[in-house]
Amino acid sequence: MSKLRSVCTTTLSLVLAAASSASAQGAVKVGILHSLTGTMAISEITVANAAQLAIDEINAAGGVMGRKIVVVKEDGASDWPTFATKAEKLLTQDKVATVFGGWTSASRKSMLPVFEKNGGLLFYPVQFEGNECSPNIIYTGAQPNQQALPALEWALSKGYKKIFLLGSDYVYPRTANLILKKHITAKKATLSGEEYVALGGTEFSSVINKIKAAKPDVIINTLNGDSNVSFFKQYQAAGYKASTLPVISFSIAEQEAQAIGTGLLNGQYATWNYFQSLPNPANRKFVAAYQKKYGKDAAITDPMAHAYMDVYLWKAAVEKAKSFDPMAVRKAIVGISMDSPLGKITVAPNGSLTQAVYTGVSGAGGQFKVVAQSKGVVKPEPYDTLAFPGKTCP
Amino acid sequence: MDFTFISGQLFTGLSVGSILLLAALGLALSFGLMRVINMAHGEFLMVGGYLTYLAAQWAGPTLGDAWLWAAFPLAFLGAALLGAVMEFTVIRRLYGRPLDTLLATFGISLILQQAARQLFGSTGVPVTAPAWLGGALQLGDVTLPFVRLFVIALALIVLGGMWWLLNRSRFGMHVRAVNQNREMAAALGVNTRSLDLLVFALGAGVAGVAGVGLALIAPVNPTVGAAYIVNAFLVVVVGGVGSVLGGAVAAVLLGFVTALAEGFTSVSLAQAILLVLIVAFLQWKPRGLIPTKSRALEEA
Repeated sequence: MSKLRSVCTTTLSLVLAAASSASAQGAVKVGILHSLTGTMAISEITVANAAQLAIDEINAAGGVMGRKIVVVKEDGASDWPTFATKAEKLLTQDKVATVFGGWTSASRKSMLPVFEKNGGLLFYPVQFEGNECSPNIIYTGAQPNQQALPALEWALSKGYKKIFLLGSDYVYPRTANLILKKHITAKKATLSGEEYVALGGTEFSSVINKIKAAKPDVIINTLNGDSNVSFFKQYQAAGYKASTLPVISFSIAEQEAQAIGTGLLNGQYATWNYFQSLPNPANRKFVAAYQKKYGKDAAITDPMAHAYMDVYLWKAAVEKAKSFDPMAVRKAIVGISMDSPLGKITVAPNGSLTQAVYTGVSGAGGQFKVVAQSKGVVKPEPYDTLAFPGKTCP
Repeated sequence: MDFTFISGQLFTGLSVGSILLLAALGLALSFGLMRVINMAHGEFLMVGGYLTYLAAQWAGPTLGDAWLWAAFPLAFLGAALLGAVMEFTVIRRLYGRPLDTLLATFGISLILQQAARQLFGSTGVPVTAPAWLGGALQLGDVTLPFVRLFVIALALIVLGGMWWLLNRSRFGMHVRAVNQNREMAAALGVNTRSLDLLVFALGAGVAGVAGVGLALIAPVNPTVGAAYIVNAFLVVVVGGVGSVLGGAVAAVLLGFVTALAEGFTSVSLAQAILLVLIVAFLQWKPRGLIPTKSRALEEA
């Protein structure tokens, strides 16, 4: 009797051990680290959803190198030190193969040393101010020369020579505008004014008065988040509209356009690497899949498209490297090229994307219609040659 | 700095002041008269904003641009009801324990923000001012947007209403009596318990009305209240705790100082200049512009 029991126990434990080792062999863990709560949740939840969608699709198609992807989802809670803590947890405790995450530059800068110390790999999907280059981060959002500078070029080509720079008071707008100012001077255009309003600021009377006094041809807008709602409400109340004083924005995508109210934004411009309205087949498939899962009215933005594509980029790099090792993947990813919802993209040696740039005009339902696009794709330049001469990626 | 710009900035000062005043008037009741440090006061503004959105959704199709008039009673009653529930369930148990009140109301403010996020989504909802508020009054080269004039008028009406209620009505007499000496007022037959409830609900309702004004010029989202709470407290403290008139003077004064600082330096620097000036002012007049005489204040 006791012999029978011991045989049973042994068999059971053998089966269990086999099963657990099989699951360890069968699945690969990746992290998704975004703000799911707090002030940034507005933007980041949908970016996390887009990454999750790509992972679900890959799993449904058989996984990566025959292994299913298991997601460890963590909440950065819109708090930059929390991003560092959670990144550390993902790398050392969960031992994830890679992490998809981050939105604000502050969150990225707090995660950067953690990824460098632990030899991890982060896919960062949002446009940013450049001026940074870590071998442990794949920067897929626009570098300044893939959003801010093409927008300036476009404005100048339309004959807008007097430019007013308006932004939120933190690192991205300040750095982006520093670069823009150098190029405005170099192009012999006029900087007619520059103002910064605290993040989340809601009062724009003085700003609008200053704009009125400066009489610019165009406003380049790097305000973040809800401040845009206040700005456009008060801009319109002061009697401005797109035809009298156009605004080109870098942080207003389809989702923000819906929240601002399309009546307020009608005819205004935005520059991105992606718009939901892009007609390529990969995008149509992505939009349909996302809306099937998250609601037929869900708006899809540039950072979401980047996050979705990042997962496929990582898969392609893993398969090229035939390894999940972060540094092997980092090496293999250079030169990988694919037809994504953004169109054709290629990973440059500095870990950023060579990608096209589009300027769109806001119309009905918060959708943008492309009015201008770069000639072909634009190579990423993390360090602007005028603003940061002599600095390059290692 | 030409004449047009300076006149424009003076109007800005008035306009900013009227918004500060709207945000602070409800607080003048709960904090000023009842000494309740209500960190969730901003969320009453937020509730007013969301009710404005709902009024536009519900009444817009039938009433057209007149939906705005439906928003005021809805926002006032909705916020007042929420205030009453809050007073009845939480604040009531914490009178005389300012630190506990601060913590409890901070917790409530987080809960209310998250509730708004769950109900309406974290992106916020669009509210567009009715078309008849779309234009602007042109005085020479100075543009006075109708929506700004409307908010200034709203602040004046709420201020006037509150002044009348506190100084000319029987209810106001009771409020002032309780504020000066709670025990004596109770001994003379004032039901202090129900008065507390009423005053708190009224403060919340006033904040709800302010939320309607804000919705016309600012975003309606879960954190909009938090953006106004600090300035509202500043107005009440600079004005003199407990003084509605002091709050009004302080709001306009802070509005002008902000507009001048923003006009002559940069918008990002102005907030810092304002705070430095307020600290200096409170060193000089710690009880604010128009201090109220009350026993409660002397005890504090």
